[in-house]
Amino acid sequence: MSAVRERARGRSDVPPRTRTFVITPVLVVYLALAVLLVVGSVLVGVHGGVLLDHGGILNILTRGTVLGLVAIGQTLVIVTGSLDLSVAYLVGLCSLVAAETMAGSPAMIVPGVLAALVVAAVVGLVNGLVITVLKANAFIATLGVALVLRGYLEHNYTGPAGSVPRAFQHIGYDRIGPVPVAALLMLLLAAAAWWYLRRTRTGYHMYAVGGDVDVARLSGVRTGRTIVTAHVLCAVMAGLAGVFLAGRLGSGAPYVGTDAGYDLESIAAVVLGGTALAGGRGGVAGTIGGVLILSTLDTIFDDLGLDSFFKDVVRGVVLIVAVALYARRRAARRST
Amino acid sequence: MRARPRLADGTGPVLVVLLILLVGLAFAGPAYAEPGGYLALLKRAAPLVVLAVGQYFVIVSGGFDLSVGSLVTAEVVVAARLVNGDDANTGWVIALLLGCGILVGLVNGLITTKLLVPSFIVTLGMLLVLDGAVFLWSGGAPRGALSPSFRLIGRGSVDVPVLGQLPWSVIVLLVVVAAAVWFMRSGTGRTLLAVGDNENVVRLAGGRVDRLRLLAFVLSGLLASVAAILLAGFAGVSAQVGEGLEFRAITAVVLGGVLLGGGRGSVVAAAAGALSLEALFSLLNLLGVSGALESAVQGVIIIAAVAYAAHGAGLWRVLRPHRPVPDTA
Repeated sequence: MSAVRERARGRSDVPPRTRTFVITPVLVVYLALAVLLVVGSVLVGVHGGVLLDHGGILNILTRGTVLGLVAIGQTLVIVTGSLDLSVAYLVGLCSLVAAETMAGSPAMIVPGVLAALVVAAVVGLVNGLVITVLKANAFIATLGVALVLRGYLEHNYTGPAGSVPRAFQHIGYDRIGPVPVAALLMLLLAAAAWWYLRRTRTGYHMYAVGGDVDVARLSGVRTGRTIVTAHVLCAVMAGLAGVFLAGRLGSGAPYVGTDAGYDLESIAAVVLGGTALAGGRGGVAGTIGGVLILSTLDTIFDDLGLDSFFKDVVRGVVLIVAVALYARRRAARRST
Repeated sequence: MRARPRLADGTGPVLVVLLILLVGLAFAGPAYAEPGGYLALLKRAAPLVVLAVGQYFVIVSGGFDLSVGSLVTAEVVVAARLVNGDDANTGWVIALLLGCGILVGLVNGLITTKLLVPSFIVTLGMLLVLDGAVFLWSGGAPRGALSPSFRLIGRGSVDVPVLGQLPWSVIVLLVVVAAAVWFMRSGTGRTLLAVGDNENVVRLAGGRVDRLRLLAFVLSGLLASVAAILLAGFAGVSAQVGEGLEFRAITAVVLGGVLLGGGRGSVVAAAAGALSLEALFSLLNLLGVSGALESAVQGVIIIAAVAYAAHGAGLWRVLRPHRPVPDTA
């Protein structure tokens, strides 16, 4: 409902040609988040609770951390005009690699994290190379890699494995006031990714490749290298998410990524944040807004004690409505 | 310049692969020494082939349908609850299921064409909605039971003079494939293919792009319902019956050499791709490869299939460490 109101306002406020005040998708996302927080607070208040108390904020941010990490990486890939469906299994794999390398000893924390990130980077490299060298469609290439990872996990693991030393579990639970340290780290990485996309040469190239790969190539951009870079960074972010989850769970879990559906969920968050699925438009700021919207929705539903399956229904509707609004705005602007 | 070259385009390799797999099956398992074994394979493959044909319509027109897996699950769970073990309910429940499939396809198609949302997102949203809704309605565990007459379509067979026992599902499969081939040879089918290739050209030529896209989604939903009815009879009621089927159907279509993004590929190849996938799983099973590795093999195969489709016979040149002048763009 709130989104509909946003659109109505957006349409009347945007004069066709002036650049003074443009309602960007990012602004819409955060307005929607604000409206959601207000509406959610009222609903939870009527129900006899408080949404944004200490526990509520903690809940929203903790839920958002892992999805945020994966979605930041997914943003880079989608902006480049690609897609990564392998992140969910990669999260599980990296949590296992980290936990098994650490094997409960504090001395192995750094090697464990590094090993997980190296594995992630290799998987990202494979994704990127299959797409650029073998010229496979990104959807199929990453789906294929996802299935290979799934086969490996199913063949070798039946349940949680490895163990994480107590010292490392701090990363999962420490917090400053109501704000988890890990969420701050995630936001820091988001800022880094924003800077990377907007202020570096490779970042610009990602937008160029996503906008039109042929034009980018003719303009002298090494398109293959850009796509591979995006995939490696995306995989490393998924690896970080796996490492964080290992820290939180105390061990590696093969299906921790797929149970939460991080592959499609992260794409949903990115698209909700106003990034075009076809690439070339959008950014990390919107993605973080999308992630916060999803985790706030979850928290509201928990506070209201609603059926968790209802969450999926609302989530699906929100996703479709949001993208429909972006598409309409874009079509409207093009026709004027 | 009639349909011939288009049919041959990409259909050849998958038929060769299928033939090799079928011959391999004959060597690997004694059950495949006689037609009965292959009929059982066809019966097992029927739901996937039907799904793949539906997915083919959407893919060839330039979209995706990720909602078919959850649609199958939803329909099986709904059917069990509504039929409730009573033969009297079979008829109207089947009609209702087909209607629901058409409705879901209609919603997918309308949102894609009228609201300009990418089909990937629309059907992803539909997946979430259907998954959530069916569990909300059934309370997490499927209840009720299917009637014997409902299950007949998926598991029963009919006596045919020459072949002996011919499973109903194989008949359904043949009818669906034949109808799909006929449709793709008709004017509407060819325009659908053209929409996937270049929708602007079709629009300028006076084709109704939106209506064709809508039709593709409706057909996909309808065929997903048929697949659900077959699967419910064959495999019974569970809440996991449709899990991962959407990706399996897309794999099958791609294995058939159909180009993601639309505009290329034949429906026979898509069906053959689905059959190959099922034959491959049977073969791996006979060779004693663990079920866990099945998905890994599936992954390698689809990457190989797409790489082959992109490069054709020139693939070996790409894979060589130092390649000579690349002559294909």
